[in-house]
Amino acid sequence: MEKSVVFNNKLLPYLLLVPQLIITFVFFYWPASQAVWQSFLREDAFGLTSEFVGLENYQSLFAQPEYYASMLVTVVFSSLVAALSLSIALLFATQADKNLKAAGAYKTLMIWPYAVAPAVAGVLWIFMFHPSLGTLARPLRWMNFDWNPLLNGNHAMALVVMAAVWKQISYNFLFFLAGLQSIPKSVLEASAIDGAGPLRRFWTITFPLLSPTTFFLLVVNVVYVFFDTFGIIDAVTGGGPAGATTTMVYKVFADGRLGGDLGGSAAQSVVLMVIVIALTAIQFKYVERKVQY
Amino acid sequence: MVEHRPLSDIIAYAILTLGVFIVAFPVYLALIASTYDAATVVGGRMPLSPGDQMLENYYRAIFVGGARTSREPVAQMLINSFISAFGIALGKIFISMLSAYAVVYFRFPFRKTAFWIIFVTLMLPVEVRIYPTYKVVADLKMLDTYAGLILPLIASATGTLLFRQFFMTIPEELLEASRIDGAGPFRFFWDTLLPLSVTTIAALFVIQFIYGWNQYLWPLLITTQDSMQTIVIGIKKMLYTTDELAEWQLAMATAILAMLPPVAVVVFMQRLFVRGLVETEK
Repeated sequence: MEKSVVFNNKLLPYLLLVPQLIITFVFFYWPASQAVWQSFLREDAFGLTSEFVGLENYQSLFAQPEYYASMLVTVVFSSLVAALSLSIALLFATQADKNLKAAGAYKTLMIWPYAVAPAVAGVLWIFMFHPSLGTLARPLRWMNFDWNPLLNGNHAMALVVMAAVWKQISYNFLFFLAGLQSIPKSVLEASAIDGAGPLRRFWTITFPLLSPTTFFLLVVNVVYVFFDTFGIIDAVTGGGPAGATTTMVYKVFADGRLGGDLGGSAAQSVVLMVIVIALTAIQFKYVERKVQY
Repeated sequence: MVEHRPLSDIIAYAILTLGVFIVAFPVYLALIASTYDAATVVGGRMPLSPGDQMLENYYRAIFVGGARTSREPVAQMLINSFISAFGIALGKIFISMLSAYAVVYFRFPFRKTAFWIIFVTLMLPVEVRIYPTYKVVADLKMLDTYAGLILPLIASATGTLLFRQFFMTIPEELLEASRIDGAGPFRFFWDTLLPLSVTTIAALFVIQFIYGWNQYLWPLLITTQDSMQTIVIGIKKMLYTTDELAEWQLAMATAILAMLPPVAVVVFMQRLFVRGLVETEK
């Protein structure tokens, strides 16, 4: 859809675009192209000279066992967070969709964690489960469970997953609730007249009609886990212990800063860019059209 | 509803109450921790009811800073967070509204190209271009400045897409009428488009304020002086000090202070927040 009535100024539209285009080129295109360029270079130990090494950075990247480990961590982390936060949010949303008197209040009480910064969420959860002072670590110790997210990789992963899920439930809840409320009640009534109980109605009608929302949320959640959980990981574990919670994004950060391996870090950035482009393409190709019933 | 079963309502209340409890518990604990002295919190035997050190802790966190490290008090961090969150939100609205206006209401060579140039930035989140962007900002001498905290984050396609979509829904008759009345592009923008966009602007502002306030990676990289820290990165630095004993009670007080502004925005401007959230994701 295009406007048929427009202004015919020649210069003005360019002037209007200038601020955004300058920012975009200076802070997006230039750095992104630098990342691509750097991924083909190797700097000496002092960062004084650099030489063109072709695909060497990529070869050494894909020869690193740690890189595959970070991919695995990313996959495990994203699937756990997406599966848990989606199913918990769906459970809450279906309950809030019933005609309850206090539905509005519950909605408000459910959505505010969206506003909590990921890093702050991480701090809250490490405080609760800190091995020596955490309030919820105490009962675990009483049960003779050797809980220590600072030393045990699985415990650390469990903790960052919990913090990430806690923060994401609000978002998923909001979209599921909107999706549920847009399902025509007449369909559900018809099925009730045919004798279908609440559970059967949910699985045969509500859930399939909700699938566009679910799919949309799935993509959004994966993007969330990839990028927005950086603060959670940095606050809770710092990528440790022994890389057990180092996701691909965290590794870009850690390798470039602590390791000083800018070429390798840039090569990782390029791999990530490819992944983001793929995710965005999926989002626009499939989600956009299906979201409207 | 289809049928009314009292049992189903009871289950719903039970599950939702449990949900609200799970959601609120971590924050409740932080709130409690911020009312005790350091020894009680670190000892691992903190009670679940508030203590009596609340005023003392918040006073120290806000105005004095920690005892063991030469850390800045939170007051300065709050100011920095407010400045950068407002800067990011207003800056985004400003540049994206102008560019959407250009793309929708004018015809010019390279219009589609300009739109795509902006659109592609959706695929380049700051996390995938961390160090090169850092270098650009360093070369521009913007480390430890508000400009450095704000400018790299204000360009993104979401705002432009949102305003473009909104402008498309405005009836063409309005533009025709304004032109018959002799209004040029500035008059039309100021007298017609801007008043119509108020709700959209407010919704976008709410979302972007939260986004700006909660930034972590970027401020962490480009602020080296304590006086330029935002509150979100300040908390983490409190916990990972070189000293063995972090002052958890102060860190928790700071966490509560860091949550208050964005959470208040969500709770008190819920309608705008929901609208902004739904629209920016479309």
